[in-house]
Amino acid sequence: MATAKKGNRLIGAPVERVEDLRFLRGKGNYVDDQSLPNQVYAAILRSSVPHGRIRGIDKSEALKMPGVHAVITAADIGGEVPVIPIRLQPLPEVFPLRQPVIAVDRVRYVGEPVAVVIADTPGLAEDALEFVEVDIEPLPVVASRKTSATDASLLFPEYKTNLAKKFTGLKGDAAAAFEGAHYIKKQRLSVQRHMALPMEPRGLLADWRKDIKRLTVYGAGKVLFFNRRAVAQMLGLEENSVELVENDIGGGFGARGEFYPEDFLIPFSSYSLGRPVKWNEDRRENLSAMNHAREMEAEYEIACDADGTIRGIRGHVDVDNGAYIRSNGLTPPRNVAQFTTGPYRIPNIHIDVSVRLTNKTPCGTYRAPGRFEGSFFIERMIEIAARDLGLDPVEMRRKNLVTVDEMPYPMATMQHIDPYTDTECDSGNFHITFDRCLKEFGWDEKVKLQGRNIDGRYHGVAAGCFIEGGAAGPRESARLKLESDGTISVFVGSSAVGQGLETVMGQIAADMLAVPFERVRVFHGSTSYVREGFGSYHSRSTVMGGSAILLASAPFKEKLCKAAARRLNVSEQEITLIDERAVAPNGASIEWKALASDDISAEESFTNTKHTYAYGAHCCHVAVDPGTGHVEVLDYVTVEDVGKIINPLTLHGQVIGAIVQGLGSTFMEHLIYNEDGQLLTGSLADYVVPLADDYPVIRGITLDDYPSPNNPLGAKGAGEGGIIAVGGVASNAVANALSSLQVEIEELPLTPPAVWASIEKQRLVEGTKN
Amino acid sequence: MKLPPFEYASPRTLQEATTLLSKHNGDARPIAGGQSLLPLMAFRLAAPSLLVDLANIPGLDRIEIRDDGVHVGALTRWCQIEADRRLTAAHPLLSEAVKHIAHYQIRNRGTIGGSLAHADPAAEMPALAITCGAEITIAGAKVSRVLAAKDFITGPLETALEPGEVITSIRFPKWRSHRRWAFQEFSKRRGDFALGGVALHFDEDAQGHASEVHIGVFGTGDTPGRLSAAEEFVRGKKVDAGLAQAAGNIARSAVRVASDMHAGAAYRQALIGTLIERALVEAASRAIEE
Ligand SMILES: Cc1cc2nc3c(=O)[nH]c(=O)nc-3n(C[C@H](O)[C@H](O)[C@H](O)COP(=O)(O)OP(=O)(O)OC[C@H]3O[C@@H](n4cnc5c(N)ncnc54)[C@H](O)[C@@H]3O)c2cc1C
Repeated sequence: MATAKKGNRLIGAPVERVEDLRFLRGKGNYVDDQSLPNQVYAAILRSSVPHGRIRGIDKSEALKMPGVHAVITAADIGGEVPVIPIRLQPLPEVFPLRQPVIAVDRVRYVGEPVAVVIADTPGLAEDALEFVEVDIEPLPVVASRKTSATDASLLFPEYKTNLAKKFTGLKGDAAAAFEGAHYIKKQRLSVQRHMALPMEPRGLLADWRKDIKRLTVYGAGKVLFFNRRAVAQMLGLEENSVELVENDIGGGFGARGEFYPEDFLIPFSSYSLGRPVKWNEDRRENLSAMNHAREMEAEYEIACDADGTIRGIRGHVDVDNGAYIRSNGLTPPRNVAQFTTGPYRIPNIHIDVSVRLTNKTPCGTYRAPGRFEGSFFIERMIEIAARDLGLDPVEMRRKNLVTVDEMPYPMATMQHIDPYTDTECDSGNFHITFDRCLKEFGWDEKVKLQGRNIDGRYHGVAAGCFIEGGAAGPRESARLKLESDGTISVFVGSSAVGQGLETVMGQIAADMLAVPFERVRVFHGSTSYVREGFGSYHSRSTVMGGSAILLASAPFKEKLCKAAARRLNVSEQEITLIDERAVAPNGASIEWKALASDDISAEESFTNTKHTYAYGAHCCHVAVDPGTGHVEVLDYVTVEDVGKIINPLTLHGQVIGAIVQGLGSTFMEHLIYNEDGQLLTGSLADYVVPLADDYPVIRGITLDDYPSPNNPLGAKGAGEGGIIAVGGVASNAVANALSSLQVEIEELPLTPPAVWASIEKQRLVEGTKN
Repeated sequence: MKLPPFEYASPRTLQEATTLLSKHNGDARPIAGGQSLLPLMAFRLAAPSLLVDLANIPGLDRIEIRDDGVHVGALTRWCQIEADRRLTAAHPLLSEAVKHIAHYQIRNRGTIGGSLAHADPAAEMPALAITCGAEITIAGAKVSRVLAAKDFITGPLETALEPGEVITSIRFPKWRSHRRWAFQEFSKRRGDFALGGVALHFDEDAQGHASEVHIGVFGTGDTPGRLSAAEEFVRGKKVDAGLAQAAGNIARSAVRVASDMHAGAAYRQALIGTLIERALVEAASRAIEE
């Protein structure tokens, strides 16, 4: 077999997203656009009490309402109420802390499902919620890490503590490194609770067909195969009698598509009523029901030599993880232990992480889980150390960045059973991206503005570096199939959450087979397409699914050659595949299309035990108005090396979007609870996210100088890098702007009142000195 | 968040509207642009049994410039005020203030009457009406009455409107030529309700001393209102940077504020001081056409 001489060059080309036209014309097909004959609607009654014992639920009034079909509570589930399985870090010791899919005898956060009402219309179902009487005896509320740590009130009395789990990341000998160090600084730093907030809230349409014993669930996403297994087990069904279907999805960011209580409750409702049941979350529900994220406080110490060489870092991170351990709730705390140190050569590490339970919405992953937080911690620590040591913060970073000669470079090891206890940066030259970023930003000019007050606003700049883990294993599969019209169908187990999956997978497949892009059709988002799939998280779809396509293309071409050889009466080695034809040495040829009847298809999976590490740098320039506390981001530049660029357009979109999200995390977004455990930010008027005109100047440059040695594409996961360093870099820029006022930045978010308060605090300190 | 059930009526005359409203014993609500009422209903903070849509009553959406000032019909939408070129001379402060209200889409529907009736303490229009000494004309089923804006707004989301009454128009007193003015507000994002805001205007005598000083603030506490301490301080003086700063300081300690999850009281006080200082500097430095 010979490969085509003139191959495609789609990989690396700015192919327009095939999804875009559909979305821009309003032709997206979301779960709320799905309907089935005879369907009824669900509404969820959620606890308004943060912590309490359920004494009774009276549904009689609601059931009397015309159009109401059922009110389902824990008592109606029959048998043991299932719990949400832990998908990542499934450590048996935290199993008692898993969330029941509906509150049984205790509620532990505001928003926890207590009952499901099924009615003819969504309005009726919502009206009926008010007529379900729930009698809850309040228990003392644990609304903060501090209260949680006292164990005075326990969320799970039988667990005997609110400390759910401890993680430790270790490297070298931290105690020895701190011994006699020239400079040691202890620093408290914290990140606020906020969340992924996809624009499209969740929704499900479940259809149990008793006659054919088949359950179809629309509205799935991210991890279809895992969730199928979970719901099948909970309902006592065979896995292959359940199909999960992914529709267009308006954003995932780690939160959408995980297994939530509704992923059981809606299929269960359909199962028990024998009718299709539809549910769509509204924004108020979404804010208390979907995973929260990022609420962490670090108390770190850094030890340095006089020249800025970092000797070690040690300390403790306290995580407010909410009321339960959900499907991926342990990932952020785990990651902060391993990845705080990022791209920096820190030979001695000892980081302990405490995962604490509180009466708040449970937490999960949000784009760059634990990495955003860790980057904020380490970038602040380095900036403070450079200032204290009288060093240029850029030089101090250069000195401590891992060099190209040190690759592969190992991260801290985790002291628990975990497939990635040992992981290492796979390849790259961190200094190249850092220098390029400084140059694109115009650092040498802009740094002259550092701390200066120009027309009443203080200017500040900062730079920082990051690594981005990607390509989580274990496997991903792809199936290629030649259709009778000559097009090639590509079936993948990855999911689309708005990241341009169809386009990117199409480019890879078209290149591998040397056919035009239009001849390839990508199918994803159904558990029927391939045997297994692991989903879209940890920036893995391109690398894992793309590599699987690459692997499947070889047997696919072999089959083409075999079939053609039979028809053309030559040996299969003599066939050349070119321009969608199979050509024999004598010039005789046959169209691929004509071979479709021979069942030309191939399925392969790509297995990977090693992560990829994309990496890069960020620079930021801000102006701070001391009168209002407002921070304007005047310029933001990022340079990242992703190993292999498949599509610069989709990648650029990922980068810009991620930075905007990161700026939202740094300056705006905050899920605020009061001391009584009530969530105060109940709408998008109060939960403030960036709007289109908030951060107009963001520039992103992507390189692919250092391919990953860990997959045949050489690609590295690149969906999260944009967000990782934003908290650290942007807050350093603010701190630098206000350096003449001795302002300390220790907490996110830097809302106008918070920035103003940090200035005012120093004014008062100065005032008392005089 | 779906709306609770309600009836809907779309009368063609004011008389019909007020009659319908008064028949329902306060359980009926007029609806204009729906930009405040519908969110309240979606959150189920309001559940009127009947919505009386004012949209089809003719004549309530005009802007007229007369000898006694600018008359704005209650159903006039923000975008109409924003687009009306005559107002840049007839009432520049009104023109400017409206630009700060919400976002483009909302300004296309929201009305001046709806905003006054809603009486949000952080909204621009109630503050502007009080600052400028505007008068509000109200029609009931039987009688009409006119109220000064400061007597109309009685509390947070509370007004002097009786059940069955409808605002028909607002009159802003005639704008003096050469008047100095400024509008300053600060919100987390452009278009959000303000964390604090200031509307002010004053005239100058032959010596350049300020007279007729009106300084109004909003986003501070339960109701917007004028800040007499700052007004008195500025009156009779020449407004320059130094005076502006001093006036800001006086305002900061005089203003009464409430704190909420978005901003504490100390911040809001300081913000009002800053905004008053900036507004006075802006007003004093603005070129006045002769
Ligand atoms: C996202 C968003 C942001 C916003 N930001 C701002 C902002 O920054 N500043 C701001 O000021 N506003 C803001 N608004 C509110 C907006 O300006 C509203 O349009 C305005 O407050 C109400 O006008 P409306 O015509 O929509 O009134 P509606 O919502 O129709 O009615 C509001 C209330 O007034 C009553 N009412 C309406 N018309 C009359 C009348 N003629 N007589 C008696 N009662 C009447 C209704 O019964 C109701 O109680 C925002 C709204 C949204 C949705």
